Amino acid sequence: MEHILSFLIFFPVVAALFGFVIHERSIKIYAITVASIEFLASLALWSQFDGASTSMQFAQQIPLIETYGISYFVGIDGFSLFMIILSTFMTLIALIGLTIDNKLKNLVASILLLEMTMIGVFCSLDGLLFYFFWEFSLIPMFYIVGYWGSGNKIYAAVKFFLYTFVGSLVMLFGMIYLAWMFKDATGEWSFSLLDWYRLQMPLSVQFWLFLAIGLGFAIKVPMFPFHTWLPYAHGQAPTIGSVMLAAVLLKMGTYAFIRFSLPILPDASVYMMIPMASVGVIMVIYGAMVAYAQEDMKQVIAYSSISHMGIIILGTFALNPEGISGAVFFMLSHGIISGALFMLVGVIYDRRHTKQISEFGGLASVMPKFALIFGIMLMASVGLPLTMGFVGEFLALVGFFAVSPIMTMFAGTSIILGAAYMLYLYKRSFFGPITVEANRSLKDLKANELSALVPLVLVVVWLGVYPKPVLGPIDVASKNLVNFMYSKAVDEDTKKALVKSNTIEKGVK
Amino acid sequence: MEPVNFSLAELNLPSLIPMIITVIGATFILLIDLVKKLDSGFFVTITMVTLGLNLGFLLNYSYDANGFFDMLLVDGLSILAQLVVVFGSMVFIPLALTSHRFKEFELGEYYAIFLYMIAGFQFMVSSDNLILIFVGLETSSLALYTLIALHKRDKSLEASVKYFVLGALAAALFAFGSMIFYGITGSIEINVMKEVILASDGANLGLLLLGSAFIIAALGFKLSLVPFHTWVPDVYEGSPAPLAGYISIIPKIAGFVIAIRLFEFLAGSPDGVVYTILWIGAVFTMTFGNILALVQDGVKRMLAYSSIGHAGFVMTAIVMGTTEANASLFLYWFLFLFTNLGAFTMLWMTRDPDVVWDDRYDHPYTKFAGMVYTSPVGAILMGIFMLSLAGIPPFALYWGKVFLITEAINSGHLVLGFIMAINSAISVYYYLKLIIYMFMKPHDDSLQELHPEKGSYPIKIVLGVSGVSVILLFLMIDPLMSYITTMLSSAGY
Repeated sequence: MEHILSFLIFFPVVAALFGFVIHERSIKIYAITVASIEFLASLALWSQFDGASTSMQFAQQIPLIETYGISYFVGIDGFSLFMIILSTFMTLIALIGLTIDNKLKNLVASILLLEMTMIGVFCSLDGLLFYFFWEFSLIPMFYIVGYWGSGNKIYAAVKFFLYTFVGSLVMLFGMIYLAWMFKDATGEWSFSLLDWYRLQMPLSVQFWLFLAIGLGFAIKVPMFPFHTWLPYAHGQAPTIGSVMLAAVLLKMGTYAFIRFSLPILPDASVYMMIPMASVGVIMVIYGAMVAYAQEDMKQVIAYSSISHMGIIILGTFALNPEGISGAVFFMLSHGIISGALFMLVGVIYDRRHTKQISEFGGLASVMPKFALIFGIMLMASVGLPLTMGFVGEFLALVGFFAVSPIMTMFAGTSIILGAAYMLYLYKRSFFGPITVEANRSLKDLKANELSALVPLVLVVVWLGVYPKPVLGPIDVASKNLVNFMYSKAVDEDTKKALVKSNTIEKGVK
Repeated sequence: MEPVNFSLAELNLPSLIPMIITVIGATFILLIDLVKKLDSGFFVTITMVTLGLNLGFLLNYSYDANGFFDMLLVDGLSILAQLVVVFGSMVFIPLALTSHRFKEFELGEYYAIFLYMIAGFQFMVSSDNLILIFVGLETSSLALYTLIALHKRDKSLEASVKYFVLGALAAALFAFGSMIFYGITGSIEINVMKEVILASDGANLGLLLLGSAFIIAALGFKLSLVPFHTWVPDVYEGSPAPLAGYISIIPKIAGFVIAIRLFEFLAGSPDGVVYTILWIGAVFTMTFGNILALVQDGVKRMLAYSSIGHAGFVMTAIVMGTTEANASLFLYWFLFLFTNLGAFTMLWMTRDPDVVWDDRYDHPYTKFAGMVYTSPVGAILMGIFMLSLAGIPPFALYWGKVFLITEAINSGHLVLGFIMAINSAISVYYYLKLIIYMFMKPHDDSLQELHPEKGSYPIKIVLGVSGVSVILLFLMIDPLMSYITTMLSSAGY
C-alpha cells in the first residue's frame, strides 16, 4: 500500500505503452478499463486515508540526483487526495464519453500520459519533480489540441504551449532560487518541499519569490491578465481536450498556490492578499461579462471558467480555513461541473457540428434528457443550494468576508452574473419554439453519453446535499495550513493579519 | 659540437599514448589504402578500434602528466575533453555506413584525415603551451575543412572555402594574441603567463586587453560567438548531416577547453573588461542564435542557429568561472552530444540525394509534414530530440540547463540565470515547429516519401542508442557529475 502513489502515477503510462499492440477497434474499451482500474485505485487510496492526520501520507522518497538534493518524493494530504480522485474520475468520464474515431490509439496514449502528469503534479513533494510533471503535461495537451482540434487549432495549441512554458520557466528560476536559499541557510541543497517548509526568509526575498513562482501558477489558473490563451485553447480543442483542460489542468495552478506560495511564503502571501483578491474579483466580474457577450456556446463556458477561478483565488487568499476549504472544494466542484458542461456542448456539437447559439433554439422539446442534465449542471454552475457548486462558492465567500466585506460583495455578484449568462444561454438554446429546421430531427442522449453524464449529475447532487466526507479531510488540511502559516510568519504584521482574517468581530472562533 | 641530450623522461611517452594511437591508426589506414582497395566498412571498423583503444587508455589515466618536453599537460580537464572528443567521434563515424554509397566514405583518406583531426583536437586540449594549442588547432581545422570539401557538391565546396578563409583569419588573430601575451609575460605557457599577469597587477593593461581581444576573436570564431558566428549556418548546410553534427559538438568542446584555460584567470574579477566582454558575448550569442533560428525554413539551418544558441548558453559557464560551472558545462555538452547526434542522424536517415524536396533546402520543414503517418517511430524519436533540445524534462538536455541555471544562481549571477531561462523559452518555438509539421500537418502526397526505414543498420543503431540515452540519461547524472567534478578539481579548474 505504500507504493500506491507510484502505481497511480505510472500505471497509465505503462498501460498506454501496452495499448499500442492492441487493435484499433478495442482501444476504447481498453482505455476505459485502464481508467476504471485507476479510479478504483484512487478510491482505495481514499478509503485508506486517515482523515484526521495532518502529516503527509503514503509518502515515498527515492533520491535521484544527490548533488542537488533532487529526489522522487511523493505524498498526499487532504488537498492532494481529492485532486487525485478528481483527475482519475474525470479521465474515466471523459474516456467513456469519447466520440472521436480517427487515430484513436494516439489519442488514448496522450490522454493516459496526461493522466500520469496530472496525478504526478498533485502528489509531488519535490520542487523539480513537480516542475517535471507540470511541464510534461503540456506535451500531450499540445498534441491533442493541435491534432484533433478544429479551426485555428495549431495557433491555439502553440499559444497555450508557449504562454504556459514561459511562465513555467520563470517558475523554475524561482524554485531554483528557493533551493539556493535553502542551501545558503543550511549548507545543503534540497528541492524537497518539506525542507522548504522549514525555511524562513525576510519579506523582501519572499515577495520576489512569490512573484516569480506565482507567475507560472497565475498563467495556468488562468489569472487576469494572463488568461488570453484559455478561450483559444477551449474554442479550438476537441471535447475531450476541453474536459481535461477545464476539469484538472486549470486546478494545477490554484493547487500550486496552496501547496507552494502559502506555506513557503506566508508573509508574501499576506502582503499580496489584497492585490491577488482584487485580481480574483476582476476575474469574476470580467469573466462573467465577457461570457454574457459570447455567441459560441463553448466560449460562454470557457469564460465562465475564468469567472469561477476568480472565486477560487479569492477563497485561497482569504487565508482562513473556511476560505481555503471553500476554494479547494470549489476546485473539485468546478472540475466536475465544467467537465460536464463541456461534455454537454460536445454532445450537441457531435450532432450539429456547430456551437453557435443562434443555430439552436427550442432544443428542450427535441432532446428532453439532454435539456434536463444541462439544466442541472447549469444550476450547479450558478451555485444553487443542494448542488455541489453552492458549497464551495459559499464557503469561499464566507472566508473572504472576514477579510473584506465589500470585496466579497463584489465577488458575490458572480452568482447573479453567472445566473444571467447561463440562463440567457439556456433560454436561447433550449426554450421557445424550434427556429432552425435541422434541430427537429436531433436524437436525444445515447447510451454512452448518458453513462458519462449521469454519474456526474449524481456526484453533483450527492456532494451538494452531503459534502462532509470530502470537506472533512480538506478542512483538517486547511486548518493545519493556516496554523502553519501563523507559526512560520516572520513579520508581526503578518501574524496580525492572519489573526484578523481568522476571527469574527465580537465573537469567538 | 655538443650532442643534444633528449631525455626520454621529459618526453614522457605514456602521456602521449592516446595521440600516438590515433596517429598510428590514421597512418595504418593510409598505408593499407595504398596497397589494397577496401570498402567503407573496413575503414570504419579500423577507426572504431583505434578510437576504442584511445578511450580505454584515457579512462585509465589517473595522474597529471607533463609530457613532450613540458609542452603537453594531460590534466583532469584535458582527459575529460579528450573523452568527449574520442567518444563523440566514435558515435559519429558509424554514420558513414549509409546505403547510399556516397563517394567520400569509400576513400581511405577520409578516415585517415578524420583520425588526424582527432589527434589534432587531442593535442589542442592537452596543452598548456600556446604554440602546441595553435598546432593542434590548425591541424584539426585544416583536416575538417578537407573533410567538408570531400563531399564534392557546390554547397560543400562553398562551405569549406568559407570555413577555411574565416578559420585562417581566426588562426592569424590567435597568433597575434599569443604574440602579445608572449611580449607581456615572456612565456608561452599559460600557467607562467597567469602568474606573471596576476603579479604584475595592472601593468601593461592596454596591451593585455589588446591581446585578450585578439584571443577572444580567435576563440569566438571556433565557439561561434556572435559576431563571429556567420560561418555556422552555411558550413552546416554544406556538410553532410553527420559531419555537421560532428562540427556542432567536438570542435566546440575543444574551443571551450582553451577558453576555460585562458579566460578564467583573465575574467576573474567581475569588474574587469574581459568579464564584461564575455558576459555580453554569451548573452548576445544565446539571444541572436535563438532569434535567428525562429525564422528559418530549413531544418539543418535551424539546427545550426540552435547550436549557436546552445554555445552561448554554455559560454555563461566560462563567465561564471567556478568548478561547478565547468562541471555543468561538461555535463551539458555530454547530453548535447547525444541529442544533436540523434537529431542529425534523423536528418541523415531522411537524406536522399536523388530526390528534390525544395529548390533551396535539402531538409525543408515541409519535407517532414505528416511524418507520424509514414514513419511513426521516426517521428516520435525526432520529437523527443526536439523536446530535449528545447529543455523539456525529463529528456537529457533539460538537466544540463537546470544545472547551469542553478550554478548561475549559486555563483550570484542572477541576471544571467534569468536571461538563460528566458532564452530557453524563446528557443521552444522553433523546436515545436518541427513537431507541429511532423504530427499535426497533413501528409503532402505530392512530395516524395521519406523512407527512413531504408536507412542502414548502423544508422538505425546509432539512432536507437541516442534515443534511449536522451530518455534515460537522467538516471546517470549523479555518477557523471561526481566523475566530472573530481577530474576538474584535481586539475584546478
